Amino acid sequence: MAKQTILKGRVIVIKDKNGQAIDDIDTDMIFHNRHLHITEINEMGQFAFGNLEGWTDFSKRVKSSDILVVGKNFGAGSSRQQAVDCFSALGIIAIIGESFGAIYKRNAINSGLPLMIADSIMSDDLEIDDQIEVNLETGEIVNSSKNKPLKPGSPLSKVQLDIYQAGSMFEYGKTL
Amino acid sequence: MTGKSIIEKLISDHTREEVSPGNIVWLDIDVRSARDFGGANVVKNLQKHYPNENQVADPEKTFFTFDCVVPANNIGYAENQQIARVFARENLSREHLFDVDAGIGSHVMIEKGIAIPGSTVIGTDSHLNILGCIGAFGQGMGDQDIAFAFKTGKTWFEVPESMTITLNGKPASNSSAKDITLGVLEQIGSKGALGKSIEFSGNTVENLDLAGRITLASMVTEMGGIIGLIVPNDPIIEYCKQRSGKDFPIHTADKDANYVEHLEFDFENLEPRIALPPSPENVKPVAEVTGTKVDSVVIASCTNGRYEDFAIVAKMLKGKKVHQDCMMKIVPSTKEVYGQLLNNGLISIFYEAGAIISNPGCGGCASGQIGMTGEGEVQISTGNRNFAGKQGKGDNYLASPATATASALKGEICVPEF
Ligand code: SF4
Repeated sequence: MAKQTILKGRVIVIKDKNGQAIDDIDTDMIFHNRHLHITEINEMGQFAFGNLEGWTDFSKRVKSSDILVVGKNFGAGSSRQQAVDCFSALGIIAIIGESFGAIYKRNAINSGLPLMIADSIMSDDLEIDDQIEVNLETGEIVNSSKNKPLKPGSPLSKVQLDIYQAGSMFEYGKTL
Repeated sequence: MTGKSIIEKLISDHTREEVSPGNIVWLDIDVRSARDFGGANVVKNLQKHYPNENQVADPEKTFFTFDCVVPANNIGYAENQQIARVFARENLSREHLFDVDAGIGSHVMIEKGIAIPGSTVIGTDSHLNILGCIGAFGQGMGDQDIAFAFKTGKTWFEVPESMTITLNGKPASNSSAKDITLGVLEQIGSKGALGKSIEFSGNTVENLDLAGRITLASMVTEMGGIIGLIVPNDPIIEYCKQRSGKDFPIHTADKDANYVEHLEFDFENLEPRIALPPSPENVKPVAEVTGTKVDSVVIASCTNGRYEDFAIVAKMLKGKKVHQDCMMKIVPSTKEVYGQLLNNGLISIFYEAGAIISNPGCGGCASGQIGMTGEGEVQISTGNRNFAGKQGKGDNYLASPATATASALKGEICVPEF
């Protein structure tokens, strides 16, 4: 069965204690290199944002089907796949961000985690715990809690949707 | 509708999707390759995700090139090469495995006519974009991406923005392609082309031969770029036709193509350049740093390991001796270059001058295959990276073969005179 391309979930907006967007969150803040030996995806979730000030308890605050909202240049730095997989392990269903590190984007797409670019999402009308609805094919984002459409993001490319539907790049490879 | 840049045309030839900067498209890959670094993981990914099924979409388009640590000098590399070697023997024809004797993969692919203008080539080598020197699309990727390409023949790619760099003028007679390349780095720095495809043009570039174009394209990675493309001229077209036995399209940009930036530099009388440790963008005229004592000189790498590079070195070394306190190491990029050095008598010139001659490959660049430096030692290399610790604890400078050789003879950094 085809996967949903309209996703609904609660958002977790990653801001600092002054309510400002945190840009340039690198892969060491997302998944610290002292945990790099972990290869079992189910064990990765507990360390997500383990090195990001104010968010080290992230794994306890998040629920399955949440949507992560982040600022600019998210996932800069190293090529570690764990920095993507730790969110999938916690049941995060999509990441919406203003921009992403190039390798991070590659890794997320390859693992089938929907990643949408919305270049002003952090300044839009969106607060933690709001419910949103994201259309991966059109880029439309609606704040359902406030019944308000937000500025749309970029629709996912055909490549992203192909891999998302298959589950991962390798699964997609089996369908060819 | 606006016209297309060279990279956009190249990609358009290999996808059915719309090509414009920022779009992610499925790209058909003409040549799928893996080197010894990363190659074993490519095989492991294939075996893990596609057990009991065909793991290579098209053996005719699939290659292994061992070059990083050849022959292996540690058990890890030996085992990894073995994994890739066994896989290649089972899945590919014998001539698609370029084993530890062959040399640097990207160069081998040009020499053997495997990479041709207009083609798409990916592999686990982060400097595979060097293939921009013949107007091909080359790109290094991770082992998962390469495994997927082995299996399916395609990969996905985000179409980059394009920029132009125009170089005009005749550099000083003691400057070469490496000085031009370092000259560009001096101007634009390590982020000057971040995420972009560069199109190089202007008479300085047009006058470069294949070896010179290789040098320029090989350091686009150090400029932060995705690739640096040079439109092939007649001699390059002739060479690639003869090597491949194939015809190919030559892409030039449309007049109304979209560029994010146009840069132009005047390199008339450009003096020899040198990159100071610890970064390739740390470029100065050689004349400003003369006199530093040099312990080691390496003429090697995908940047300056061609016959033309060694011909300059041999001309300078003939009948002379390398300074007694300086070791000089010579590593040809490929077996073909090695053969040329041998047959044309260059090896005996190097021998007489007191240089150490190694087998073809990446030599000192990847893992200190031909030795490292101790703390406080100074090395001049003709390679492309001088980051701290990469080739030992010493300070590593990057320069042209001529500057490196002049410095080896004198035992200190000096400007080559000719
Ligand atoms: S010489 Fe160095 S930069 Fe060039 S391909 Fe080999 S390892 Fe990479």
